[in-house]
Amino acid sequence: MSEPTKSENTGAAIPGQSGSGPAAGGPAAATAKGSGAPDAGGERVASLWTDAWTDLRRSPLFLIGGFLVLFMVVLAIAPQLFTDGDPRAGGFCNLADSLKRPSGSHWFGFDVQGCDIYTRTIWGARNSIIVGMVTTTLVVLVGGSLGLWAGWIGGIGDSVLSRVTEIFFAIPLLLGGMLIMSTWGEGNAWTVSAVMAVLGWPQIYRLMRSAVLANKHNDYVVAARALGAGTGRIVGRHILPNAVAPVIVVSTINLGVYIGAEAALSYLGIGIQSPAISWGLMISDAQARFLNAPHVLLFPAAVLSVTVLAFIMLGDAVRDALDPKLR
Amino acid sequence: MTDMTKPARDGAGPGPDAVQVIGGGRESLVPGTPLLEVDDLHIKFHTRDGVAKAVNGVSYSVAAGETLAVLGESGSGKSVTAQAIMGILDMPPGKITKGSIRFRGEDLLTMSPKARRAVRGRKIAMIFQDALSSLNPVLSVGYQLGEMFRVHQGAGRKEAKEKAVELMERVRIPAARQRVGDYPHQFSGGMRQRIMIAMALALEPDLIIADEPTTALDVTVQAQVMDLLAELQAEFNMGLILITHDLGVVADVADKIAVMYAGRIVETAPVHELYARPAHPYTKGLLNSIPRLDQKGQNLYAIQGLPPSLLRIPSGCAFNPRCDRVQDVCHTELPRLVPVLDAEGADLPGRRSACHFWKETLHG
Amino acid sequence: MAEPILEVKDLVKHYPLTQGIVLKKQVGAVRAVDGVSFSLTKGETLGIVGESGCGKSTLAKVLMNLEKATSGQVLFKGEDITRLSGAGLKAVRRNIQMVFQDPYTSLNPRMTVGDIIGEPFEIHPEVAPKGDRRRAVQDLLDVVGLNPEYINRYPHQFSGGQRQRIGIARGLALKPELIICDEPVSALDVSVQAQVINLLEQLQNEFRLSYMFIAHDLSIVRHISDRVGVMYLGKMVEIGTEEQIYSHPTHPYTQALLSAVPVPDPTGREHRERILLSGDIPSPANPPSGCRFRTRCWKAEERCSTEVPLLAVPSTLRGPAAHESACHFAEVRDVIGSG
Repeated sequence: MSEPTKSENTGAAIPGQSGSGPAAGGPAAATAKGSGAPDAGGERVASLWTDAWTDLRRSPLFLIGGFLVLFMVVLAIAPQLFTDGDPRAGGFCNLADSLKRPSGSHWFGFDVQGCDIYTRTIWGARNSIIVGMVTTTLVVLVGGSLGLWAGWIGGIGDSVLSRVTEIFFAIPLLLGGMLIMSTWGEGNAWTVSAVMAVLGWPQIYRLMRSAVLANKHNDYVVAARALGAGTGRIVGRHILPNAVAPVIVVSTINLGVYIGAEAALSYLGIGIQSPAISWGLMISDAQARFLNAPHVLLFPAAVLSVTVLAFIMLGDAVRDALDPKLR
Repeated sequence: MTDMTKPARDGAGPGPDAVQVIGGGRESLVPGTPLLEVDDLHIKFHTRDGVAKAVNGVSYSVAAGETLAVLGESGSGKSVTAQAIMGILDMPPGKITKGSIRFRGEDLLTMSPKARRAVRGRKIAMIFQDALSSLNPVLSVGYQLGEMFRVHQGAGRKEAKEKAVELMERVRIPAARQRVGDYPHQFSGGMRQRIMIAMALALEPDLIIADEPTTALDVTVQAQVMDLLAELQAEFNMGLILITHDLGVVADVADKIAVMYAGRIVETAPVHELYARPAHPYTKGLLNSIPRLDQKGQNLYAIQGLPPSLLRIPSGCAFNPRCDRVQDVCHTELPRLVPVLDAEGADLPGRRSACHFWKETLHG
Repeated sequence: MAEPILEVKDLVKHYPLTQGIVLKKQVGAVRAVDGVSFSLTKGETLGIVGESGCGKSTLAKVLMNLEKATSGQVLFKGEDITRLSGAGLKAVRRNIQMVFQDPYTSLNPRMTVGDIIGEPFEIHPEVAPKGDRRRAVQDLLDVVGLNPEYINRYPHQFSGGQRQRIGIARGLALKPELIICDEPVSALDVSVQAQVINLLEQLQNEFRLSYMFIAHDLSIVRHISDRVGVMYLGKMVEIGTEEQIYSHPTHPYTQALLSAVPVPDPTGREHRERILLSGDIPSPANPPSGCRFRTRCWKAEERCSTEVPLLAVPSTLRGPAAHESACHFAEVRDVIGSG
């Protein structure tokens, strides 16, 4: 085969090439066996995952995103920690308080039914987080493993599966969700998650499949085979770590999208149903009176946005940490 | 440092290898006037990790009909210099911080963009290493060749095609008339490189810059392409800047050589003299490190270490960490590119070396 | 001659060309390797040269059992490894390793150097006990001339030459007897190539390795090889000692190849004899009948298109120059002036 291009092809490549880190750089590396910088930690054995963790702990993006996500998860598990009120209890809402503005005792004010928005927002986290997490987990498990399998095996299995995903691609998430939910009726966090997972997996499948295809012919995979590595090792050590980065990014972004889609379905009245509480439902209820009572919309919408943003930040940080070239 | 590489004939008359310039029939050219003069060129790249000094005061010149080989490894700045001449340097991140590039006496760097465009392609053309990615895969080669005439000369469709066929025949592509409608992927690597050459020749430029033109090709094809290039160069009396890392190709076609290391020219010489008696330890090391085809040979001499990072070029002489002959002065003082004298102290035309110990290297 | 460590007999690798998406129909085959035989003894280096498409890289893959041979035998110490699978194949892999061309794609970017060089030990735990592996990896780094402290670094922190050293260390980990080097220096800078070649030679002496050295650079192949085989379109056209091939080439293709190599010495360049071949290499899916080189050969006659020349010692050759050549009109012609 033809000789690979020498690295001096484009101007931009030059600094990148020759400035490739400490090993190629400083005078220490001038002799092939220079003294080199002492490695931090001495006997520490580095691997992709330990290095990624070391990196993540220092990344502000990860710390902020992680803290927010953790906070939301705690909210979802134990809303009682943050509020005394229980929106499910009778007498929680008082029509006399309808649309009252935020005040010292009720930070977020009241909605049209006279329910305390702060308490409802706190309690609403549970359904939103469940939908986001469960949908994403299902999508990554199903789409990811099918994509991995199809990309690795190729052949007829891959062709058939890929045609199937194309059918799914023709159905928009929201439209399909509306269709299924309106026939199904029973709207709660679990059914909404299931429906969105059914509609969402092809995207991750595609992503994973193409990432596997891009990686499986690399020389390092051939080298592993030449060493006698089995399929499990090749896929687990060589293909997955190199293919997983785009999946992580898209999944975390999608997690936000799912939470938003749940809100949209609930807003349309076919997602999670009252008296269950979700941010989507709250936004839906608030929308009609946005002009004279903006706070009713503002608070759940803000919390929703912050949650989505937190997941995206987390995903970005994890992707960067898993790429040693960015170190 | 400004006139480090004036052609050999500048002072002491034509050197043994310098191809004489005899008008060439086209634009009148005073013999001995360089076609292209690069003077004290400095180029920096701003990267995430700092400023990479890719080119640090490079000067060279080419006359019509002459072949200058710029020899260097990756990161030596040889391609960046060429990109600056062509005006295809990515800016940013690249930045020309100092120097001039004069084509027929006019500074390309201070020209208006419009005037510059007129020079590029029409007066100075470039041939790249990777012909496949330099050709548009969805257009036929005939169309791409003809485009030159349609754009620059306003030729009609039919005329452009005729010219394309003519060009393909000139670079000896068999059955040119039948193949003019074929797409780049239908040609072999060697044929594609011929098409690249045809494209560069289309407007009969005065200067061709060939950046590793044969590196991606097989040896037998390499020979064909280099021969073709040399022949066409002689026919049109063009200047040729051959950028390469291949000491074999250089020995075959070059008139004079500039050896680059870490963004500087470390040695210049007419081709025969460079190979016979290098005056810089880097050149000497390179020549000793390549195995010979005509004898088995013992252990190879290996230059120790690695080319420096352009972000952290060693102080003094950039080659000092790898040099056999290194002394204290090499760490502190940047060696200037000075004339190389023979044993009697007479100037060796065209020879310069940027080594504090060129005398020892040359005679030792 | 010592007992051969590797014997290749009439090895064939065809890639079927198919048409149709669901019902695939074979319409032909790319004959990448088409009946190649040679042998290699312990401690010896066999160079394989040829241009792109000659099948030299496919040959390496088949020898490594990364591609299944279509037919023929690859005997490693007398055992046919083309039929092996599972545990038997895994055991053989310990003895045959590979060094790749491109140091930028042959190392997993997401593994540390320690993980990359240590992976062979994880796959073959019997070679190094778990507690010793870190030490073993550091020893290997030392052997290939890298600082053992680099163990926690990632490939991108190294230059091309250093990466190639890492690849060599990985190949050495299992203490193989045969290493197949597929263009191991062609991606490296000139000044670094010599370092890697010297390293390979030093390792060969130290561990009594056998090398199969595949390259397109004929000068490097001559330097490192004891014997050299020349391939053209899936066939071995000439094979002999380094001296026989370079100083007494008999096959027209070898002669053309040698004469085309640019010599790094401008002396007498105007008078150098150079055989310029016309045309391109034909497609291996549809090779010429008879002698595959005949379409570009200046000696071709009627017989060349009908009769396949066999790889044998020509009757006209005697003495130390006698070696195998697959040409009906084999004749020594010194094209590089080495006497």
